[in-house]
Amino acid sequence: MSKLEQIGKDTLQWVDDRFPLTALWKEHVSEYYAPKNFNFWYFFGSLALLVLVIQIVTGIFLTMNYKPDGNLIPGTNVSVAFASVEYIMRDVGGGWVIRYMHSTGASMFFVVVYLHMFRGLIYGSYQKPRELVWIFGMLIFLCLMAEAFLGYLLPWGQMSFWGAQVIVNLFASVPVIGPDLSEFIRGDFVVSDATLNRFFALHVIAVPLILLALVVAHLIALHEVGSNNPDGVEIKKNKDPATGIPLDGIPFHPYYTVKDVFGVAVFLVVFTTIVFFLPNVFGYFLEDNNFIPADPLKTPPHIAPVWYFTPFYAILRAIPSFLGTQVWGVLGMGAGVVVIAFLPWLDRSKVKSIRYRPTIFKVLLGLFLVAFIGLGILGALPPTGPRTTLSQIFSVMYFGFFLGMPYFSTLGKTLPVPERVTDTNGKRQLHFVFWMLVAIIGSAVFTALIQHI
Amino acid sequence: MIKHIRRFLAALVLLAPAAFANEGGIALDKAPVNLRDVEGLQRGAQTFANYCLSCHGAMNMRFNRLQALGLTEEQIKKNLMFTTDKVGDQMRIAMPAADAKAWFGATPPDLSVIARSRGADWLYTYLRTFYRDDTRPTGWNNLAFDKVGMPHVLWELQGIQEAEYKTVKNHETGKEEHHLEGLKLVKPGLLTSIAEDGKYDQREFDKRVGELVSYLVFVSEPGQVKREQIGYAVLLFLLFVLVPLTYLLKKEYWRDIH
Repeated sequence: MSKLEQIGKDTLQWVDDRFPLTALWKEHVSEYYAPKNFNFWYFFGSLALLVLVIQIVTGIFLTMNYKPDGNLIPGTNVSVAFASVEYIMRDVGGGWVIRYMHSTGASMFFVVVYLHMFRGLIYGSYQKPRELVWIFGMLIFLCLMAEAFLGYLLPWGQMSFWGAQVIVNLFASVPVIGPDLSEFIRGDFVVSDATLNRFFALHVIAVPLILLALVVAHLIALHEVGSNNPDGVEIKKNKDPATGIPLDGIPFHPYYTVKDVFGVAVFLVVFTTIVFFLPNVFGYFLEDNNFIPADPLKTPPHIAPVWYFTPFYAILRAIPSFLGTQVWGVLGMGAGVVVIAFLPWLDRSKVKSIRYRPTIFKVLLGLFLVAFIGLGILGALPPTGPRTTLSQIFSVMYFGFFLGMPYFSTLGKTLPVPERVTDTNGKRQLHFVFWMLVAIIGSAVFTALIQHI
Repeated sequence: MIKHIRRFLAALVLLAPAAFANEGGIALDKAPVNLRDVEGLQRGAQTFANYCLSCHGAMNMRFNRLQALGLTEEQIKKNLMFTTDKVGDQMRIAMPAADAKAWFGATPPDLSVIARSRGADWLYTYLRTFYRDDTRPTGWNNLAFDKVGMPHVLWELQGIQEAEYKTVKNHETGKEEHHLEGLKLVKPGLLTSIAEDGKYDQREFDKRVGELVSYLVFVSEPGQVKREQIGYAVLLFLLFVLVPLTYLLKKEYWRDIH
């Protein structure tokens, strides 16, 4: 052993005597045994972590030059906040790449998180004993939505301003305390500089702090019970009698660390293509109208939320007001998010993975997906009569999937679940690619069709 | 099966344009944007300084950023700067927003990112479709922006267009209505001409407006050409170095699992 290695070893020992560094590393990384049959769906957890890091690091640098000031620059009708974003884009060295990484990261966060949640849905990852992993995940999702909403106000463009106005006004529909509540949130009678300042504080400190804590809790809970896998087989049931290590488990490090690094490289191809070539993504990641400085006196004809909120926004608009209040739509939208958290108790199937579920479940899951994507497309468009009807049908399908689950999840004949995990199956992957294409083409056709109704 | 897929794809091709159709308003002409034509962009900058910069600022844009268009600081100072003498200054105007609103009915918007909010095609169409309308305070109206507050500042280049109306009988009310059918050049400008048979040629003017719009696209994000150049390098690195390397690394480690 060289002298340098000895120094390294001694230092580590010194730390370990005072802090369980090696023990933590072993417990969560090098001796955390994960099922060996993870497929590509299992990339999205680590990718979400990557995007979180990107958002925090780019966010720190943005904060150095962004000014949360909604007041107008004298003699102009452009605010200090709006101009400071353009200052970052033009005059701050490398500012444009930091800003585009942050704006792309916001949308990509939802892309990977939606895929991560869908993974949980198809492989029953929320089922016993992983209920708390799921609950923590849902809280992370809530935080993420809050973070995205708060951050969207900061560029202080027309969509920032009016989007915030619409959403904060939702709280005004709460009976009795509503008007006071929305005023309390805004800190003013309308969205104003006071609102911008508090949203900035919440966006850069409060919500990220909670988010980080929840991510830690999510991972601790996961490592306590162990990861699920595409077969939904509990690998802890089959342990090597001598070592106590699951027979189908492999150490997270180095196997999944190297695999996830490959996933990161592929993800970065998509991410950088957007950052360098398509930062607007046709108005989906950066809306055209948000390049118009906020004008409290000029309501845009069409206020659309960013794409990741549109499914829930469509539910909100689908529910009519009755008994003289609009609160039902707001409750419906909230319920649309909250109901997902109850999945562990709604699903009564004997099996976890979709691989061993009966056809009826697959069909209903497909319909659920149609409803969710359909709501997402409808929520981005101005409402018309037929579109609202469609939104109502999809909303019923959306809630029907969750509320009907205690019943239909017991229907049909499940396939026998194997004792041990199975290998990746080429035919299954082809099936997946086929359904993926159907979903993409179907969404495009649907989008084209509803333009004219 | 194959037949079904083919039919499905055919339907998709037919539907695709509908998805991107412009909702309401007139059909937009495609703007000939070229961010690599340095001379065209320089002419665009000149047009901008001469015709736009007195009422519209581009307050996020600094004059010295025009060096990206191959201009020296001296050239910028001499030919393009009328409101300031510091080349590091932003393109701001002397007219306060509040006064502008009183005079024009609406504050002329800052043009720093106008190409990002309106889009190049809209700007290209808008700048070319002003026509005489005596009912408007300025005497001008516009096809892309009905009842616009801005007069036709490029009129000496384009000349004067008038609207052509078609008389249509409204089937519900039974009354006759005038429908705007198109525009016709009635007086040529510096960049347009009218032949004796009434045919007119606007190509020179269209080119000049195209260059102005290209310049506005440049101003909306001066670093965009460089952004794409860096992007190619980044993608080459990812596709030919990082992705293959990490793939081989994964494969090497996983050999003992399979």
